[in-house]
Amino acid sequence: MAKGAVKIVVERCKACGFCVEFCPTKVLALSSAFNSKGYHPPHVVAAEKCSGCDLCGMYCPDFAIFGYRLPQPQATPAKETADAR
Amino acid sequence: MSSEIRNPVEPFLRMDRMPHIWCPGCGIGTTVNCFTRALIESKVDLENVAIVSGIGCTGRVAGYVKLDSFHTTHGRAIPFATGLKLANPKLNVVVYSGDGDLSAIGGNHLIHAARRNIDLKVICVNNLIYAMTGGQTAPTTPNDAITSTAPYGSYEPAFNLPHLVEAAGAVYVARWTTYHVRQLARSMQEAFAKKGFCFIEVLSPCPTLYQRRNKLGDGLETMKYYKEKSKVRNGAPTSELGLSMQGEIIVGKFVDRDRPDYRELMRHRLAETLGERYVECEELVCS
Amino acid sequence: MHADPAGVLTGVHFLDGDHACCEGALAAGARFASGYPITPSTEVVERFAARVPTLGGIFIQMEDELAASIALQGAVWGGAKAFTVTSGPGFSLMMEHIGYAAMTETPCVFVNVQRGGPSTGLPTLPAQADMMQARWGSHGDYEIIALCPNSPQECFDLTIKAFNFAEQFRVPVMLMMDEVVGHMTEKVVIPPAEQIAIQPRRHTGKRPPDYLPYETNGDMVPEMAHAGEGYKFHITGLTHDQRGYPVMTVPAQDKLVRRLQQKIQRAAEEISLFEEGNMDDADVVVVSYGITSRVAQRAIELARSDGRRIGKLRLITAWPFPEHRIRALAQKAKAFVVPELNLGQMVREVERAAGGRARVAPVSHAGGGVHRPEDILRAIVEAA
Repeated sequence: MAKGAVKIVVERCKACGFCVEFCPTKVLALSSAFNSKGYHPPHVVAAEKCSGCDLCGMYCPDFAIFGYRLPQPQATPAKETADAR
Repeated sequence: MSSEIRNPVEPFLRMDRMPHIWCPGCGIGTTVNCFTRALIESKVDLENVAIVSGIGCTGRVAGYVKLDSFHTTHGRAIPFATGLKLANPKLNVVVYSGDGDLSAIGGNHLIHAARRNIDLKVICVNNLIYAMTGGQTAPTTPNDAITSTAPYGSYEPAFNLPHLVEAAGAVYVARWTTYHVRQLARSMQEAFAKKGFCFIEVLSPCPTLYQRRNKLGDGLETMKYYKEKSKVRNGAPTSELGLSMQGEIIVGKFVDRDRPDYRELMRHRLAETLGERYVECEELVCS
Repeated sequence: MHADPAGVLTGVHFLDGDHACCEGALAAGARFASGYPITPSTEVVERFAARVPTLGGIFIQMEDELAASIALQGAVWGGAKAFTVTSGPGFSLMMEHIGYAAMTETPCVFVNVQRGGPSTGLPTLPAQADMMQARWGSHGDYEIIALCPNSPQECFDLTIKAFNFAEQFRVPVMLMMDEVVGHMTEKVVIPPAEQIAIQPRRHTGKRPPDYLPYETNGDMVPEMAHAGEGYKFHITGLTHDQRGYPVMTVPAQDKLVRRLQQKIQRAAEEISLFEEGNMDDADVVVVSYGITSRVAQRAIELARSDGRRIGKLRLITAWPFPEHRIRALAQKAKAFVVPELNLGQMVREVERAAGGRARVAPVSHAGGGVHRPEDILRAIVEAA
């Protein structure tokens, strides 16, 4: 399951492209949809790759997108130790 | 559940004034994100943060941020902020303004506040132009750039702001671009915690005027230029930080020094000479 | 509310006007001044710089008048009572920020110790040629209050009044001194603090969610808050609505600017202070202010000793101008004689208010000295 997800406020987007460009795992792409101002907002094309790092949120000049971490399933102590090794 | 999760920036915005007036691809909103992250991380008491801006596109930040905010006159955010800070030293006073406002009409106040080491955090969004008024030459406009008042290309040498402010006495000087969001937020956080005159320059696109008139692409193109041509050189001599059109951009933290701030200097002198007669004021609140 | 005794130098003093003005500011509760040196005003802040550190206040000499005129406003929004002092050239530089204070309704005091102008003029010599500038100097439609002391005692008293008006009406108040009044030394009686009435800051009692920075009450003056109290308000010089948010519409502009005008004009009779004498039978009324009123007093006495019926109207408040009084007097008097240390400024207001019902004779003086009583007397005799 993805570590994170994004929320997009479609109507605020001005399609500057920052979020698409600077997402480290290329989760986003500009969609072919329009908002009411005629801009193409981004949409998620690789949801499983989202880490919730919120770089998109930091870049967005229009406050139209942000990322957040999803609560992860608890790992058992034994399994964690095994992974660390 | 996802409907409960809010953009971390929203509690800091006057949402009843959204959407803002900045253009597509303008970087000012990006700096506001960094600002809010810095406020969150530094755990400052928001009731004691005041933001003062001047006139210009960046000057509009004060109106959009949900703090005690003052949209003052062109170039005079710093002296207003000086009076505000001296009257209530508990306030963390941030000056958020543009390159034209701070270094042209506001230039005199910039250097004197730095000289005095007034405890202010100055965030200078530098889009190399006077944007709000339609794209005129600023003291930071690089040589050769076309502006509405330099239709044949600017032939004036441009300010090297970090150098200027360091020479004037600032105790914290950094430069980032709107590409360097994490570093910018961190610098802002450091500035909030530091006593004295702190100056952070942020290079930002003005796609509508600076970039367009000079055929330099849109906001995204500019951000890619920042990414490609920026070089992080923390501690570099500020004399080497000059900018040229589409040239290398040296970013980083250049000055982080300690010297007594204005209030400390004042207190020291007056206590020393007046002894018991000196009445220190914490806040100048009249009844 | 009464003055804080700590700031009141109770006693009988021998002070010049500049020094008395400083004491007035301290008595009024001013604990912040930002200034820039300019003759003949500098002594006001020099004294303040020496006095205020013992009273828990701050003086900062700023790098220019542009900075001085706005730093004090930052201090006001931080909670202080604050002022600055200047003379002609500095007054001109301060105009933008006087407009900002009017627009944002920042209570504060600007002292102008007038000197010869225009431009650098006569730095050490008197004039009264900034009177119209005090009213109209900044751009746009706005109102201010301007007071004119004619003695060091009045420099003390009217500075307190200036602060009180500023707080009551949330407006910048000009104290229009002149070089002679500023530099003349006379007896100044400073009463005990409990005899000095102070208008406190009209701070809102509302809690943050209910507070609107420019919501007005019956007297058209909004309640104020300070930074750092949790109100998170927005102040701007742009045309704004009750929330303080910029609004770019004709109705918003109309509403705001008319209120800024009316909050003063509707109280004009309360604000327009003047001193009158011998009006019952007056044929000629001498209208004067500041140092000129002292010379005019002598001229009036000389004229009266000759049996002439001369009335005296001394403006204590220059703005708002007491047009109601002039209008009433114009019904009965034959003429107004208006001596000023300028080429005709307040005389225009007298003319306007008299509306042609009485002759109005200026007695102009380009400045650099004061009138001789005989100059004013001649004009009185000619007007009678």
